[in-house]
Amino acid sequence: MSITYLEAIREAQDRALAEDPAVFIYGQDVAEFGGAFKATRGLCDKYPGRVMNAPISEDAMVGTAIGAAIEGMRPIVEMQFADFSSVGLNQIINQAATLHWRTGTPCPITVRLPSGGTPGSGPFHSQSMEALYAHYPGIIVLCPATVEDAYGMLLEAVAIDDPVIFCEHKYLYYHLKAEQLPDESLPVGRARIARAGQHATVVAYSAMVHEALLAADQLRQDGYEIEVIDLRSVKPLDTDSVLASVARTGRLLAVGEAFPWGGATAEVVSRVASEGFHLLDAPPQRLNAKDTPIPYHPNLWSVHRPTAGSIAAALHDLLRL
Amino acid sequence: MTQRTTDRLSSETARRDAFLAAYRSMLYGRVFDDKLASLYRAGKIVGGVYLGRGQEAYSAALAHQLRPGRDVYAPLIRDQAGRHAFGESLLDAARTFLGSASGPMRGRDGNIHRGDPQNGTLAMISHLGAMLSVVSGALLARRLRGELDDCVGAACIGDGGTSTGSFHEAVNAAAVEKLPLVIAVANNQFAYSTPNERQFACDNLVQRAAGYGVEGHTVDATDLAACLEVFEHAVARARAGNGPQLVVGNLLRLAGHGEHDDAPYITDAHRKAPYAGDCNVLARDTIVHSGWLSEAELADLQTQAQQEVDAATATAQQEAAPDPATQSWVALFTTHLAEGEAEP
Ligand SMILES: Cc1ncc(C[n+]2csc(CCOP(=O)(O)OP(=O)(O)O)c2C)c(N)n1
Repeated sequence: MSITYLEAIREAQDRALAEDPAVFIYGQDVAEFGGAFKATRGLCDKYPGRVMNAPISEDAMVGTAIGAAIEGMRPIVEMQFADFSSVGLNQIINQAATLHWRTGTPCPITVRLPSGGTPGSGPFHSQSMEALYAHYPGIIVLCPATVEDAYGMLLEAVAIDDPVIFCEHKYLYYHLKAEQLPDESLPVGRARIARAGQHATVVAYSAMVHEALLAADQLRQDGYEIEVIDLRSVKPLDTDSVLASVARTGRLLAVGEAFPWGGATAEVVSRVASEGFHLLDAPPQRLNAKDTPIPYHPNLWSVHRPTAGSIAAALHDLLRL
Repeated sequence: MTQRTTDRLSSETARRDAFLAAYRSMLYGRVFDDKLASLYRAGKIVGGVYLGRGQEAYSAALAHQLRPGRDVYAPLIRDQAGRHAFGESLLDAARTFLGSASGPMRGRDGNIHRGDPQNGTLAMISHLGAMLSVVSGALLARRLRGELDDCVGAACIGDGGTSTGSFHEAVNAAAVEKLPLVIAVANNQFAYSTPNERQFACDNLVQRAAGYGVEGHTVDATDLAACLEVFEHAVARARAGNGPQLVVGNLLRLAGHGEHDDAPYITDAHRKAPYAGDCNVLARDTIVHSGWLSEAELADLQTQAQQEVDAATATAQQEAAPDPATQSWVALFTTHLAEGEAEP
């Protein structure tokens, strides 16, 4: 049996619904239709009344989830695309994120964001929004890169008593497969060494982990062993694991699919620069998407975001520094 | 002939001419959409393909009332017919679906996300409801400059799009400003898979007009003559300074949400409902029964549309795709303030 990243997300929601009657799912087309990507296929029949179609009202979807969470429920909100979560931004960053700090009331909502680029998706169906949400206090931001993490971290997200932004990558939905679902996984907040190495560290998350692994394969042919760290969770960010890796390699390249200004890669570099300056043999580097909206045409798109090729080139540069 | 007979005859001629002009755009819209569907199936189009099948009469009838170069138009995902009526070239439409660098969006954006904002056709973003207030802004600017005159702005939206906060805010704000904004809601019964019952709880979306304090109109959107009449009236009311007009047309989406969707949720009951007629077939019947065009003339029109559409897609397919190496990766107009890469 093999299971895809997308199926893992469906399975996690199935299990969450089965194990906890407080869980329900709210989103556009998630009921009978099973969602735009089929991440909730069959769940509406299996859990009558607990998988509900929402109108095209992202602000109200999130607000409703927050209200239900106050009453002790554990809602999962599906955004049809991460990009449309901008319409629900106010409720997420001002209502959900501040609730516990202001009132002592926990806000256990999970907002699922089908994220990241795929060819031909263009400026409004491709975005990686983790940095935006991570900027605000009171939110946990997860970016699973593997089938196992898509499953384990989503289950954990639903169990966490705080708002969780769950960035699932659409490119991985069908491309990634695993033999089986994990019984247990690393806890949220811990990074994972996706590949061990000694010459340089690449810190990545979500789909970029796989591009980085391919780049590491290329560099091995030139005699370099690249360590690839999969952050798994952007906030909290496992600074210790990153520093430990940089202590082994002396060189850092942080890679993200999001826009270049600020963001997770900037956070990684800034922490390493301030807490691990003495560990570095070369200036820490970042590689991100270009500073333009995400282009529609595949020719442009494949150059806009980092790829195995551009990561490998950045690593060669870093190793020469 | 008495004066009354002359008036009647000339208004009948005008009606016929409007009908035929709008039908022509409906036909071009349909032929273009069918071509897109086959290109999509052949794997020639990257990304989504969304068709206006069943919505052509409503779409073309609105745009038929607009004056290219004067009025503002914000078409949405199922408005190929209306875009044609507003003067968009088939080649520019084809270029945007086929990713030609020569198209108006230069391969940066694709498919239905196209327009020419400085010439009155706004380029939709995907976020539903977001275009309405932008049309309002264009109208407000003209009023501030004393150039509004009898201009109108038209914004297209679906039943689902009316559930957005953006829609509500925009209609309310336009009502407060009493702007000449025509909001054309195409109620095709579904928003992707979500039926009206899960989208709104009023009997008819036009009831909202009262709440906003704007004038409302409903129409059977399968009926081209009725669509022409309702938009003629609504646009005239807006031009005459009576503020926003909310028009709701009822129809059925005669396609999947996109070509990737075979729409199993559309049931036989929907397909048999009064709103399920094919406006193009019905309009063609009217033309034949009224003796406005012969079968042979209609067949010629069809052939001409097919040839023009084929020529447009063939040209677009031969044009160069965007080249990342010569692309300007600068999002700002003020290039010297842009960070990162400079012009190539
Ligand atoms: C704010 C926002 N949320 C979600 C979507 C995803 N989406 C794209 S089209 C669509 C359905 C639109 O339905 P409707 O407005 O009725 O127009 P129709 O497709 O039926 O013409 C949805 C949910 C979106 N485009 N914008």
